[in-house]
Amino acid sequence: MGGTTAALTAENVRKRYGRADALAGIDLTVPEGTVCGLLGPNGAGKTTAVRIFATLLRADAGRVTVAGHDVAADAARVRRCVGLAGQTPAVDEILDGRENLVMWGRLHHLTPAAARRRADELLDRFGLAEAGRKRVARYSGGMRRRLDLAASFVRAPRVLFLDEPTTGLDPRNRNEVWAAIRDLVAGGTTVLLTTQYLEEADRLAGQIVVLDRGRVIADDSPARLKSAVGGDRVEVVLCDPSDLAAATGVVARTTGAAPDVDAGELRVSAPVRDRIAALTAVLSGLADADVRVADAALRRPTLDEVFLRLTGHQAAEAA
Amino acid sequence: MTLAPPAAAPGPARERLRWTLSDAWTVARRDLLHWVRSPAALGYQLAWPIGLVLMIGYVFGSAMVVEGGGDYRAFLMPGLFAQSMVFGVATTLTIVATDAARGVTDRFRTTPMSPSAPVLGRSVADLVNSVLELAILAGCALVVGWRFHEGPLRALAALALLLLLRFSLTWVGIVVGLMIRPEAAGGAWAPLFPITMISGTFVSPAQMPGWLGVVAEWNPVTATVTAVRGLFGNPGVGGASFAADHALWLAVLYPLLITAVFLPLAVRRSQRRDR
Repeated sequence: MGGTTAALTAENVRKRYGRADALAGIDLTVPEGTVCGLLGPNGAGKTTAVRIFATLLRADAGRVTVAGHDVAADAARVRRCVGLAGQTPAVDEILDGRENLVMWGRLHHLTPAAARRRADELLDRFGLAEAGRKRVARYSGGMRRRLDLAASFVRAPRVLFLDEPTTGLDPRNRNEVWAAIRDLVAGGTTVLLTTQYLEEADRLAGQIVVLDRGRVIADDSPARLKSAVGGDRVEVVLCDPSDLAAATGVVARTTGAAPDVDAGELRVSAPVRDRIAALTAVLSGLADADVRVADAALRRPTLDEVFLRLTGHQAAEAA
Repeated sequence: MTLAPPAAAPGPARERLRWTLSDAWTVARRDLLHWVRSPAALGYQLAWPIGLVLMIGYVFGSAMVVEGGGDYRAFLMPGLFAQSMVFGVATTLTIVATDAARGVTDRFRTTPMSPSAPVLGRSVADLVNSVLELAILAGCALVVGWRFHEGPLRALAALALLLLLRFSLTWVGIVVGLMIRPEAAGGAWAPLFPITMISGTFVSPAQMPGWLGVVAEWNPVTATVTAVRGLFGNPGVGGASFAADHALWLAVLYPLLITAVFLPLAVRRSQRRDR
């Protein structure tokens, strides 16, 4: 198949649990060799979508093809070209890392010798060569995730589904897993990952699909998504909560825009056009009003803000 | 990077059968390795029936009367063997529920492996585990004075009947395990206890109050226990009811029926695509 083939297409996919629409008709196209980030809060339908794409769940309506095969009609073919790493690492704690990979190799119908060879290759590739003979029970969270990735990669799938691959990991472990995913993508694998971390989608994905309550509410590149929502923002963090009202007034007056206020973080931000002039004006305005400032910066909008703009509610409070 | 050649498409029936057996063995091997690697868990599992042999045998042993006469310890051992086969269900469903919750079952399903291999592998592993358990139990029983009197062939047939019961119940364990969360697996004891108590395990159904006696009489566990007592030549065989007179047949029929119902259910449930 040529490089123009879509690795995954979804048309009007619906899934209903009882009365609730888990997916209310989603459309999606992921070109081969790219990373698509499926972004949304808990309950947005991300996991349901991945389970349908990976043939684990049957959609009520709609059509999905993965690597050119229909997931409903030709599940067996789809299974031969996809890998899946779910929300909890499906690794065996009592076996060692290598035994885990050999087992999955055997279940992918490699010969025993080929399964062992492949296990060693994967351990190397995912930075686990030294830990290969250690029991998984002694692995760190990041190592488990990488072993899980390796297990989903036994057959070098054309399309890899990762359901919240870094949930629950500390920043260092998260970076390890990100590096491993980038490495797979560099090798030509198409990746569809779900995440609640906007930063994760921004870092890894060239295409971000925002899901909210079973609907696609945005489908674009991270950069375009951000610029669609607005350009740079000025942001100040205050020292004293009692200054919040005064600072909000100053920021509104100097930028001519309605500021976002995060009372908990003592953060006030607003979109600006002329960057430096606006920052200067805000800071001098705050100084005149006797507001003490802990931090001030100009920055691009985060995907959190993108989500807020797109849905009208915070990512965390949906569901 | 070396890419393995694409997995073979499902071929003719013989090829498929070969992969089913090979995949099932791969799955079973993992569980057997677990027991080799964490003998403590295995020891814990075996401590329970061994403890029962000693405690019940000696604590109640002299106080209990066997209907139709005979030594209570000799009467009890086949009952304990059967009880440990039934309790094995708890192990099965705990492992199955844990695998499902951890996404292992999902990953099985995204591989080209044979669809029935995960459940077949599970039952093979459980059978091997049960053989070991029975061997240790029988060893303990011999130490406390239990004997078989009808020759080694009949004794082996008795052990085979016990394993047949275990085998059939494995499928029940798989079906239930696929329906529950692992945290709920501990609740399995609630039905398992009465199933083994309201049977011929510890006392003869004839010694129970009317309706309870009838339930116990027809309990599949009773059939196996009674048949096994007969094959071992232990006391407590025979009685006034149809079920007691045909225990041997029932001990074969019940497990086959249970398997016929729950094996397909287990395979289907593990393939379900509606959750």
